[in-house]
Amino acid sequence: MATPVKVHGPPLSTAVSRVLACLIEKDVPFQLIPVNMAKGEHKSPDFLKIQPFGQVPAFQDEATSLFESRAICRYICEKYPEKGNKGLYGTNPLAKASIDQWVEAEGQSFNPPSSVLVFQLAFAPRMKLKQDPSLISQNEAKLEKVLDVYDKRLGESRFLAGDDFSLADLSHLPNAHYLVNAAERGELFTSKKNVERWWGEISSRDSWKKVVDMQKQAT
Amino acid sequence: MVVKVYGPAFASPKRVLACLMEKEIEFEVVPVDLLKGEHKDPEFLKLQPLGTVPVTQDGDYVLYESRAIMRYYSEKYKSQGTGLLGETIEERGQVENWLEVEAHNFNPPVMNLTLHVMFSSKLGFPRDENLIKESEEKLGKVLDIYEERLSKTKYLAGDFFSLADLSHLPFTQYLVGPIGKEYMISSRKHVSAWWNDISSRPSWQKVLLLYPPPF
Repeated sequence: MATPVKVHGPPLSTAVSRVLACLIEKDVPFQLIPVNMAKGEHKSPDFLKIQPFGQVPAFQDEATSLFESRAICRYICEKYPEKGNKGLYGTNPLAKASIDQWVEAEGQSFNPPSSVLVFQLAFAPRMKLKQDPSLISQNEAKLEKVLDVYDKRLGESRFLAGDDFSLADLSHLPNAHYLVNAAERGELFTSKKNVERWWGEISSRDSWKKVVDMQKQAT
Repeated sequence: MVVKVYGPAFASPKRVLACLMEKEIEFEVVPVDLLKGEHKDPEFLKLQPLGTVPVTQDGDYVLYESRAIMRYYSEKYKSQGTGLLGETIEERGQVENWLEVEAHNFNPPVMNLTLHVMFSSKLGFPRDENLIKESEEKLGKVLDIYEERLSKTKYLAGDFFSLADLSHLPFTQYLVGPIGKEYMISSRKHVSAWWNDISSRPSWQKVLLLYPPPF
C-alpha cells in the first residue's frame, strides 16, 4: 500500500482546508501534520526547507515536495485521475481549461478581497487585533462586484466551470465558509439568487462537511 | 483557425503572446485600450465579464485569465514548439507550484508598483508612496527566496524552462524598465542570471518588438 501523502498545516487555515477538501473529494489517503502558527512553527528553519515563504500548506507525496494550495490540488488530480471524483479537474481539455479559468478567477478576483475580509472580520477579533473599517468597506465593495459577475454566470451554468462540481467551485469553499459562518457576511451570498443556490450546493457536499469537522476538532 | 488575443499592448496578455510564440501557434491580436476604459465596454464585458485582458478567441471558443490560457495551449500543443509543462507529473507539479508562487507572491507587489509608478498619472488616481515602499520591500523578500531557489536549479521549476518562468516576463520587464527598479534584479546574482536568460529568449524579444507597451 502506498504511503499516505502528507499535508503540513493547521486545518483552520483557508489554504490548508482547500487541499484537505480536494484530498477528500479524490479519496486520497493523507496524514495531516500540525503546524503551530501561534508558536511560529511556520517560520522555523525545518519548515522553511519545505516551504521557503513560510506559508501553509506544504505537501509531500513520497519524493515529491510541493506548496501553494491550488498547485497541490492540481497535482493531486493529475496524479490520481482514477480515484474519487474523476471529473474534479475535468475529463477533457476544454472542461479542464474552463476549470483553470475559474480557479484563476478565484485566485485573482475572489481571493484578494475575501481574504482581507476573513482576516479583518473572523481572525482579527479572535487575535485581539484592531480592525480597519475602511479596508473592510473597500473590500466588501470589491467582493460585491465579483459576486455580481458570479451571479450572472451561475444563472447560465450550474457550477462555475460548467454542469459539474469542480476544483473551481472547491477553491472558493474555505474563504466563503468563514465569511458566512465566522464573519457574519452570509448576506453577500444569500442576497444573490444564483450565488445563494450555488453556495447551498457546494457547501453541503460531504467532503466539505468533513473538512469543517476537522476544523471544529482543531479548536 | 487563428487564435485571437485581446489587449496585446498590456502586460498580462504578453504572457499569452510569449506562450503562443514558444509553442509556434499562429495568432492575431485585437487591441483593447485599457487607458480609454475599453475593457469596461458592454461589448467587451460580453466576452469577459470580469472586464480584464487577456481574452483569447479560438473560433467560438473563448477563454480568459492568462495563466489558464497558457496552461490550455501548452497542453493542447504538447508535441510542438517548446515544452512548457515539464515531462512528468512530478515536474508538472513543480511548474504549477512556481506558477502559483508567481500569481500569489510575486504578482501582487509588482502589480502595485506597476499601477502606482507607471499608471497613476495616466489613470488619474493618487500615487501612493507608502504602498510603493511597502511593495518594494515585499517584492525584495520574494526575490530573496527566488535567489536561494535559483542557486539550486537553473529555472524555477527545475533545470528546465517552463510556464513558471515565462509568467514572470511581462511584469519583470516593467520592473527593470519604466518602474525603474532594475537594481532589484541586478543585485541578486542568480535572479540576474535567470532574468538575462529568460528575457533574451527569441520569443520574448519578438513580443517586445511587435507589441510595444501602451506608453
